[in-house]
Amino acid sequence: MPLLKDSEIIADTWLRLEDNASVPATGDIIVPFARLLAEFGKLSKRRGRVGIEFPNAERAEVLESFLPALSLVALPFPKFADGRAYSQARQLRQLGFAGELRASGDVLPDQLAFMLEVGFDTFEITTRFSPDIWRRTAQGLSLSYQPVKQQKRLHVWRERQLRGERSCRA
Amino acid sequence: MYRYDEFDHRFVAERVAQFRDQAERRLSGELTEEEFKPLRLMNGLYLQLHAYMLRVAIPYGTLSARQMRRLADVADKYDRGYGHFTTRQNIQYNWIKLEETANLLAELSEVEMHAIQTSGNCIRNVTTDHWAGAAADELADPRPVAELLRQWSTLHPEFSFLPRKFKIAVTGAPNDRAAVKVHDIGLRMHANDKGEHGWEVIVGGGLGRTPLIGFTVRNFLPEADLLTYLEAIMRVYNLHGRRDNKYKARIKILVHELGEENFRAEVEAEFNRQTKLDVEVEQHELERISAYFAAPDFEVLPKRSADYEIAFARNPDFAQWVRSNIAAHRRDGYAIVNISLKPEGGIPGDATSDQMRSIADLADRFSFDEIRVSHHQNLVLPHVKQDDLYKVWKVLRANDLATANIGAAGDIIACPGLDYCTLATARSIPIAQTISRRFADLNRQHEIGPLRINISGCINACGHHHVGHIGILGLEKKGVEYYQITLGGSSATDASIGTILGPGFSGDEVPDAIETIVKTYLDVRKGGDETFLDVIRRAGHAPFKEALYAPAQRQ
Ligand code: SF4
Repeated sequence: MPLLKDSEIIADTWLRLEDNASVPATGDIIVPFARLLAEFGKLSKRRGRVGIEFPNAERAEVLESFLPALSLVALPFPKFADGRAYSQARQLRQLGFAGELRASGDVLPDQLAFMLEVGFDTFEITTRFSPDIWRRTAQGLSLSYQPVKQQKRLHVWRERQLRGERSCRA
Repeated sequence: MYRYDEFDHRFVAERVAQFRDQAERRLSGELTEEEFKPLRLMNGLYLQLHAYMLRVAIPYGTLSARQMRRLADVADKYDRGYGHFTTRQNIQYNWIKLEETANLLAELSEVEMHAIQTSGNCIRNVTTDHWAGAAADELADPRPVAELLRQWSTLHPEFSFLPRKFKIAVTGAPNDRAAVKVHDIGLRMHANDKGEHGWEVIVGGGLGRTPLIGFTVRNFLPEADLLTYLEAIMRVYNLHGRRDNKYKARIKILVHELGEENFRAEVEAEFNRQTKLDVEVEQHELERISAYFAAPDFEVLPKRSADYEIAFARNPDFAQWVRSNIAAHRRDGYAIVNISLKPEGGIPGDATSDQMRSIADLADRFSFDEIRVSHHQNLVLPHVKQDDLYKVWKVLRANDLATANIGAAGDIIACPGLDYCTLATARSIPIAQTISRRFADLNRQHEIGPLRINISGCINACGHHHVGHIGILGLEKKGVEYYQITLGGSSATDASIGTILGPGFSGDEVPDAIETIVKTYLDVRKGGDETFLDVIRRAGHAPFKEALYAPAQRQ
C-alpha cells in the first residue's frame, strides 16, 4: 500500500504486526493497541521504534502515559464518512504527541486537507487515484476560518487581526 | 449587515472552483456516486425524486435587496421561475442540473452567497430570530455571534464528518423565536447583574423520529469561552455519538443514552482539557463582525404616525393586515413587516422570481436594504417606518404577498413531502393547500387567533409537526396515505412536543378533522384571550377526542 507524505509517495519502513505475529528483534514495528498494553515491557526494550494502531473507540487519554515511548500512532478511518479519527488526532496533538500520525483505512483525496489540518503526517492510500490528484487536493483551499497547520494556508481571523494592527499603526 | 471582505470572497471563489473540479470528476466517472455524495451534500446538492435540488444558505436568514434579486435571477435561469424558502431560513431550488451547478454557485458568490454545509453530516446553516436587530424585546442582536459561528463552522477540519447533521440556533431575546430548545445546540443570550452578556447553552433538542426538548448544560457561559466550549461539545459528540444507526445518530440520542449529568461531565472535562483557542483573535473577529451589525440610521420619529392611523381607520383590509402581520419595533415610529408566503391555496414558502424582485425593491426603498427569512417560511422587512406601511402594503397586495394571516390558521408550515422528497411517506403540500382553502376566510382566522399548523410528509419531521399547536404527520400503510394528528406542540420559549390525539385520518378527512378541532376550541375557550395552545394546556386532549372520535363510536 503506497504511503503518502508531503504529497510524495515514500517508502514505508514500518512493519505492521498482527495480533500474534512474532516481534522481530530490530526494525520499526506497528502493533495493535491491545498488544502494546499486554507486552509494553518487552516492546520498549527492543531496538527499533514502536508504533501502534489505535482503535477509534478508545479514548485518547488512555494513551497519555505511553506517548513518550511511541514514535507513531496510526488512526483508522473504517469509512471515509466516519470522522472519529479527526478528533482523536487533535486530542493526541493536544496531549503533546510529536511523533508520526498516520491515517489508514478509507483515506480519499477530498479529505486529505482536513486530515493534514488536524495533525496527520502520513497517509496509507490506494493506487486508485493519480498522484496528481493527491497533490491537487492536499492543500485544499488557501484560506481557513480555523487556525492552520499547513504553512501555505492562511488563518483568516489571524490575518484580519494582523492587518487591523498594521493599519492602526500606519 | 455583514459584508464579505477580500478573504471571504476568495474563500467562496476557491470553494466554487473546488466543487467544479469535483463535479467534473463525477461526470467523467472518476468519482463514484458514493464518493461524490458527501462532497455534493457539503455543497447543498441533493438528488431528489425528479432532479437535483440545491439548497442555498441564507446565513441567519438575513438578505440584502441585491442578494434577493440574484436569487430571483437564479430561479429564472436555473429553475422554473420560483424558489422555496425553508424552515431553516434557507432557499431551495427543485429543478437543478449537475452540469450547471458550479456556474450557479459562481453567480451566487458574486453576491456573497454560497451553499456550503446546507446538507451533509456537518454543522449546518446557523439560524436565529428573524426579528434580530429590530425586535422590541431583544437584549442584543444575536447575528454577530451567528456570523462568528458561520465562519468558525465553515469547513471545520475536525467536524466535517460527524455522526449526523448538526443544527445550531441562536437568540438574543427572551421570547424565543428561533426554537433554540429543539436544536442540537441552542444558544440563548442572558445578561448578568453587571450588564454583561453570556450564553445559556442548550443541547440535545430536536425533532425527527425522537422529538426531545434540549437541556441546559450551562446557564451563563461567558462570551469569551463560547467557541472553546462549542468545540468541546462537538468533540464529545464526534467521538461518542452513535454511528451504527442513522436514526440514533443525532446528539440528542447521545445525551439521552449517557444521561444529562454524564453528558455534562464529559463536556466539562473536554472543555478543561482543551487548549484555549486563541481568544484574542476570536474577540478581535467578533468585534470586527459586530461593526457590520450596527443599527441602521433610524430617524427620530414620534411614537405614532398620523398618516398610518388614518389609513388604519379608513381601510379595513389594511387594518386587518396590520393586526396580524406587523410587529412592534424597538424604535419609535418603525414597524416590523411580516410578509406571508402562505396565500390561500398556495405552496407554503414558495415565491416566484417576480415576487422576490418586488420584495427586494421594497427593502431598498423602505427597509434599509434588509430582508429576513423566518423559520415559518415567511419573509420579513425588519425596519419599515409606520408612515410607509400603507405604501408597502399596496405593493405587497399587488404582488399577492399581503395575506393577513401571520401566526394564524393559514400560516401553515409544510415540508415538500411526496411531491419532491425521496423519503416521503405521504403528501404534505396538497394537505396544506386544502386546509388553507378551508380556512381562507381571514375574518375567521383572526377570530380563531394564534394557531400553528405544521405538516410533515414522513417521520423525519422536516415540517416540524411535533411543535405545531396542531401537528399533522403523513404516513403510509399498505400503500395508502394516512395522517396522524398531534396537539399541544410549541417551539416558543415554553417549548413542548405535541402528543398524538388518536387514530389517523385519510387525506380527504384531514380538513374536516382540523375543522372539528378548531370548532371545539372555539366552544371551549373562555374568551378571545385564551389561545388554542392555552386551551390544550388547560383542558387537555379530552374535549377534542370526544368531538373527533365519539360520534363515530356512537354510530
Ligand atoms: S419530513 Fe420526510 S417527506 Fe418531509 S421533507 Fe423531511 S424527509 Fe422529506
